[in-house]
Amino acid sequence: MADHPFPLSKDELLAAYRRMRTIREFEERLHIDFGRGDIPGFVHLYAGEEAAAVGIMLHLHDGDRIASTHRGHGHCIAKGVDVTAMMKEIYGKKGGSCEGKGGSMHIADLSKGMMGANGILGAGAPLACGAALAAKYRAKKGQPSDVAISFVGDGASNQGTFLESLNLAAVWDLPAIFVVENNGYAESTSRDYGTAVDSYVDRAAGFGLPGVTVDGTDFFAVYEAAGEVIRRAREGGGPSLLECKMVRFHGHFEGDAQTYRAKGELEDIRANRDCLSTFKAAITGAKVVTDAELQAIDHEVLGLIERAVTAAKAAPLPTAADLTTDVYVRY
Amino acid sequence: MARKISMKLAINEAIDQEMSRDPTVIMMGEDIVGGAGGEGEKDAWGGVLGVTKGLYAKHGDRLLDTPLSESAYIGAAIGAAACGMRPIAELMFIDFMGVCFDQIFNQAAKFRYMFGGKAETPVVIRAMVGAGFRAAAQHSQMLTPLFTHIPGLKVVCPSTPYDTKGLLIQSIRDNDPVIFCEHKNLYGFEGDVPEKSYTVPFGEASVVRDGKDVSIVAYGLMVHRALEAAALLAKEGIEAEVIDLRTLSPLDIDTVLESVEKTGRLVCVDEASPRCNIATDISAQVAMQAFGALKAQIEMVTPPHVPVPFSPALEDLYIPGGPQIADAARRTMKKGKT
Repeated sequence: MADHPFPLSKDELLAAYRRMRTIREFEERLHIDFGRGDIPGFVHLYAGEEAAAVGIMLHLHDGDRIASTHRGHGHCIAKGVDVTAMMKEIYGKKGGSCEGKGGSMHIADLSKGMMGANGILGAGAPLACGAALAAKYRAKKGQPSDVAISFVGDGASNQGTFLESLNLAAVWDLPAIFVVENNGYAESTSRDYGTAVDSYVDRAAGFGLPGVTVDGTDFFAVYEAAGEVIRRAREGGGPSLLECKMVRFHGHFEGDAQTYRAKGELEDIRANRDCLSTFKAAITGAKVVTDAELQAIDHEVLGLIERAVTAAKAAPLPTAADLTTDVYVRY
Repeated sequence: MARKISMKLAINEAIDQEMSRDPTVIMMGEDIVGGAGGEGEKDAWGGVLGVTKGLYAKHGDRLLDTPLSESAYIGAAIGAAACGMRPIAELMFIDFMGVCFDQIFNQAAKFRYMFGGKAETPVVIRAMVGAGFRAAAQHSQMLTPLFTHIPGLKVVCPSTPYDTKGLLIQSIRDNDPVIFCEHKNLYGFEGDVPEKSYTVPFGEASVVRDGKDVSIVAYGLMVHRALEAAALLAKEGIEAEVIDLRTLSPLDIDTVLESVEKTGRLVCVDEASPRCNIATDISAQVAMQAFGALKAQIEMVTPPHVPVPFSPALEDLYIPGGPQIADAARRTMKKGKT
């Protein structure tokens, strides 16, 4: 490929950085605006976990489906959902991804293959099985099929829906990938307290699925492992499990005081396990891109988020007429 | 035409014709083919009561046997529906919805609204309902009110083979999630069913007997009990009008209101438990919208507020019967204005 050690071209590396940076800025801006009281409801931020969403989603196209979690903003942005429509949605405005009827926990854009953030932990796994089944039916003989990816946290990995789905996907040999985003906490409860088995690879094996664990803060590790499991699913090799060990920069939800964390833990993960810093250091260190090029992207992303917030604040609120539409085909 | 077939065959025929017509129609459920992976007969069962028997021979792998995993496969049907398929999922007994209800009421029912009108979930969930099979507390419930309560779901519960075929075809073609309730004690009930494909629209109740004295509203098996009651009452000179709701969501309240405007008396019959059920809902709506037309208080006939008992002696007491419904009609005839 190119004269550098990475599996992506320079343009692709810059595009990956832009997506990760967009997620980071989107989430950090929400953190501030939520604190100011601008945003209603529950908000769960993805900051710190960007390498997983982007490293996986770079292998997907719009026909591939993902079933996301309550912590879904990063998945949306990585899958190509419009940032301004997302911001409007989170502000509860008309013109939002879901016309203000879903909010942060239910952002969806089916045209992008994004089947929705989900307020019910583990609920996306059966839906992803269905999406994978539909993909299998649609696939032309001998051609690679679309795939479906179910995201769960380490907490929701203990839901029956998730475990049933591992079995169903294996039994039906579906083009499905189950991504466990292991950020160490199920809400406030440590992963080790709530999950008896140490390795999700072992759990996958118990259901007859191949599994792999990667450092989810290492973009290239995620990218490579995701490429392998997605290729296998596309080519009819069946489902897999991918565990990404990662860190969560914010609380379970905005407003979480995070007193359950160890002293200095947050400072430590921000200083030493920031996936964006790691990525930046790798690509600038190899002299593939320059700091100036990345700074230019940072600047553009800041402008994008600022415009999204301005548009969201200016967007009209839904009205009484919107309250009763969209329940049935004809209401 | 005059071809009589059972409700069971009407269901089979509706699925067969829709699968032949539309390649996106698939079906999944526990033992809907039967014998999967074994060395014995393929299509061994066709569902626990043989409703889908023979469909595998015609449509092959578009019928999928599932593991005993209701959450996973009902959810998969819903996910596939959101991705362009028209799945029919068989939940076997509606009592099993407890293990997969989240997928039905938090996922399928809400996609259209929650995603701002940009999602469609054309899934049909078929399930057996009702008592009288000596199947005891966990295989005999009605539960129709639980689904009717949820915005975004459509709820169908037919009483005749004709309506069953037409409503099931309508359900498969409908772009919303439909809970299709089949009364297991009506599977063997025969009636005229055209061989050609046809639909029965949602939200249109059927007046199955005309009468001027009292309106009896029912659905499912209770329509037949209401007709028994009407026959008893006719011998006493009381002419009951019997209305079959057919679909509980959407609900055709107008037909009920028109009938009550004519008769002034109402008996609501429901095989579901008495609190917050279809009968209480109809009663409330009539009291609100046609109070002036009522000549007497509304009567309700339901089972007692207990789980469905096993012993045949008890179960027969549990299920509302024709004589009970006739008694309720007589009570309302004796009361109030003339």
